[in-house]
Amino acid sequence: MSLLSVRDLRVEFKTPDGIVKAVAGVSFELKQGETLAIVGESGSGKSVSNLAYMGLLPQSKTTITGSVILETEDGPVDLIGLAPEKLRAIRGKDIAMIFQDPMSALHPYYTIGDQLIEAHQVHNDVDKKVSADRAIELLTLVGVSNPAERLHSYPHQFSGGMRQRVMIAMALMNNPKVLIADEPTTALDVTVQAQILRLLRDIQDQFEMAVILITHDLGVVAGAADRVNVMYGGRLVESAEVGELFKDPLMPYTVGLLDSIPRMDKGHGNRLKAIPGQPPSLITLGDGCAFAARCSRKAELPEGTCETSPDLIAVKKEHLVRCHLYVGKGK
Amino acid sequence: MNSPLLEVTDLTKFFPVSGPGIFSRERGINKAVNGLSFTLNKGETLGLVGESGCGKSTAGRTILKLYDPTSGSIKFEGEEISGYSNQKMKPLRTKMQMIFQDPQSSLNPRQSVGAIIAASFEVHGIKPEGGVKRSVQELLERVGLSAEHYDRYPHEFSGGQRQRIGIARSLALRPKFIVCDEPVSALDVSIQAQVVNLLTDIRDDFGMSYLFIAHDLSVVQHISDRVGVMYLGKMMEIAPTESIYSSPHHPYTKALLSAVPIPDPVLERKREQIVLQGDLPSPMNPPSGCVFSGRCWKATTKCFEVEPKLTKVGKAEVACHFPE
Amino acid sequence: MSGLLTYISRRLMITIIILLAVSFTVYVIFALLPYDPAALTCGKNCNDPGIIAANRIRLGYDKPFWVQYWIFLTGLFVGRDFGSGAAAIHCDAPAFGYSFQQHACVTDLLGQALPVTVYLAIGALILWLIVGIGLGIISARFRGKIWDTLSTAFVLVGTSLPTFLTGLILIVFLVIKLPGSPFPADGYTAPEEDFGQFLLSMVLPWVTLAFAYAAIYTRFVRSQILEISTEDYIRTAKAKGLSDRMILGKHTLRAALAPIVTMAGLDFAGLLGGAILTEAVFNLPGMGRLSLTAVVDIDLPVIVATTIVAASIVVIMNMILDIVYAFIDPRVRV
Repeated sequence: MSLLSVRDLRVEFKTPDGIVKAVAGVSFELKQGETLAIVGESGSGKSVSNLAYMGLLPQSKTTITGSVILETEDGPVDLIGLAPEKLRAIRGKDIAMIFQDPMSALHPYYTIGDQLIEAHQVHNDVDKKVSADRAIELLTLVGVSNPAERLHSYPHQFSGGMRQRVMIAMALMNNPKVLIADEPTTALDVTVQAQILRLLRDIQDQFEMAVILITHDLGVVAGAADRVNVMYGGRLVESAEVGELFKDPLMPYTVGLLDSIPRMDKGHGNRLKAIPGQPPSLITLGDGCAFAARCSRKAELPEGTCETSPDLIAVKKEHLVRCHLYVGKGK
Repeated sequence: MNSPLLEVTDLTKFFPVSGPGIFSRERGINKAVNGLSFTLNKGETLGLVGESGCGKSTAGRTILKLYDPTSGSIKFEGEEISGYSNQKMKPLRTKMQMIFQDPQSSLNPRQSVGAIIAASFEVHGIKPEGGVKRSVQELLERVGLSAEHYDRYPHEFSGGQRQRIGIARSLALRPKFIVCDEPVSALDVSIQAQVVNLLTDIRDDFGMSYLFIAHDLSVVQHISDRVGVMYLGKMMEIAPTESIYSSPHHPYTKALLSAVPIPDPVLERKREQIVLQGDLPSPMNPPSGCVFSGRCWKATTKCFEVEPKLTKVGKAEVACHFPE
Repeated sequence: MSGLLTYISRRLMITIIILLAVSFTVYVIFALLPYDPAALTCGKNCNDPGIIAANRIRLGYDKPFWVQYWIFLTGLFVGRDFGSGAAAIHCDAPAFGYSFQQHACVTDLLGQALPVTVYLAIGALILWLIVGIGLGIISARFRGKIWDTLSTAFVLVGTSLPTFLTGLILIVFLVIKLPGSPFPADGYTAPEEDFGQFLLSMVLPWVTLAFAYAAIYTRFVRSQILEISTEDYIRTAKAKGLSDRMILGKHTLRAALAPIVTMAGLDFAGLLGGAILTEAVFNLPGMGRLSLTAVVDIDLPVIVATTIVAASIVVIMNMILDIVYAFIDPRVRV
């Protein structure tokens, strides 16, 4: 059952240097209970695409088109073009989001109890005591000891890992169906990362939540994801089930990315296979394949092929790729 | 037997933390580096890993005398430099350099790239053959940029390119020893590989020695000959790279390695992960005895009371009473 | 909570020490001035050496410096006598000295001048905070649009016009040229005497004084709000589904509050030492006018007193602000 259906999502920013095509036509589905990892580097559009339908992008000079259909209790709702008050009612309730840097994501002047209770009170017309009890319940769930006392603590009194747990608890206050985690562990130490990822997995099972995990770390993807979307230059370039993606990556960018990561289990000393060149400018990027400039396999195709944008094709069951090398091989 | 290029013995660096209050009574001491010892040979790359607060960055800076050590000895090419003033250090700085983590903030935005690199020559009054400009342009080309970039400004470059500029700057005086402080952490994954390759090439071409400080264990393993694992200002284990990754002896090393996710779904989900409980203690309040005792699953009374010294276990040196 | 109490008591102790240091420093400065305080006691043009010598003894100016300071300091707590016998003058505590030119205890002079300045400062403070914060919020909210441009114009004018010019313009257009204007051109009526007239006589001075500050605060509040809006915790608040109004009111303003409180406190403290230009233009008998007259007449005891009072107000305000800040920002309380 598709909880979230994204169709041809496009996001453009008007800047003094030109129009930045941050997201250039992204489509995907999110199923209930699924963990979808969106992988990409800076400028790939992985964060912007999700911030867009959450209504968290600055409003002026931003154009968002396409459709993002969310299954709510009242039926399907298209988040794009939804009136701001209606979107606000969904934000933090049906879809929750946690961000990268837990150090700065909490208001320094309010207790975490205040901030947790607020998250609940915004969407529920109940007594503050009810919200406080829910906060304690969730803090216990995420592994914060002495939750009743800790409600009166301030963010600066917690460590980074603890703050991220508080953020997760805050996201869960209203039992969201979808949790978007934007680089949730990038700013954390690796041992803390392991704790948080394990926590997210446990919670997801318990709450039957779907998770969109935005990350650049393929190791995290390997451990946490069911499906993976690879983004480059604002486009979705490959999408597959996780085992399939690592076993048989199709798009040259994905192949290059996997080859360029130093692997601890592969011994040391050999030269890394780096992808040459730089990520593209989102202003000057034309209609052709976004990766063409850095692609090592361009020569296999007739001249000029890569100047047109390839479509997303299903090469195998549930394995889609946007690359001219596979045109005509689709099912 | 060549004498080592760098010999660090019992190095400490403490930062006093002053409290609020009239007479600024000391609230405590941040024991960032709390007794570090290791050697580095010529042409060798020693990786230094650990999590936040372990003291690896502070150690790197103290060794280069960017901070004055609180105590301990630093011998560079046999010369004891721990007590040297800035004045006495100046001639040595041509031999020891640093590459910084953040390519954005470590380059002066008001200076052209050429000026930034040329400054190295000017500060030490070195006039290379063919002129400074020619040397700078050669350096730019060596790191994968082009000679025309001489007149451009840092903001015109991407993160990976700026890091290359930082590398060119550190290379200018052909140092023997470079401290790389998280040189690729701020870069995109596909660019990291390029820069790591560049660092490896330069090291091989110029016979450089590196102290490679990073938190990303995969990258460290790739470039280092030996690896040291730090925790709360102390060295837990130091061993040749293969040994550390294939048979770690210290419980913390094991936990650290097991926490790093492997980019292979089958392996990653199958393996046993050690998930440490609790948080890192503060470097202001390191536990007595073994600093890792509070989170170690094997800790006994002895571990809480007696601090273990680095002892040889197989190919490694391990600071643990019960090494694996 | 105990953290807060320790913090407060520490600040209190340090403030007392600073106040002592201030009084000492001012006293030393004036002792070093090339004026013979005794000679000044009988007026500017007085030259009779007999009177001067007699006054020197009466007022204790013949005693060593430390003794003089000690007498001064104790006078602050228990009152002081000038001279002895039938011709003695007594000033009640806190005794700052005696002004021979104005024939009054300095403390009494302060007592008359200070309230005027206080009323002036408080009224201006309220006015400039309302306008500054209000306009600042509006121009941040409607950034780039008409309101923002208008407020930028206001800021430009407000920060460029010198206070005395603002005051004179107001007087010209709202008093002289306005037929039947309710505002007096100058002068002061105490609130106890006639509250209505008091208000009327203060309106123009309040507006004059507040004008420049309102402009500065508008700009500052606007930039604070815009900067805080980019903070991560504001993004979190949006992600929770809070309305824009709630985010502004609860999250953004609370964060912006801290520096505004500090600025306003210090500006207010500075004004209490005397809003010299405004008081001069509107002929208000406040601390500013008192200081000015004393400097012109070289009335040393008054100058010493107004300096110490003005400095002390700033020091005490600093302490109060530190404590208030600890209430606003919990990170400071450690």
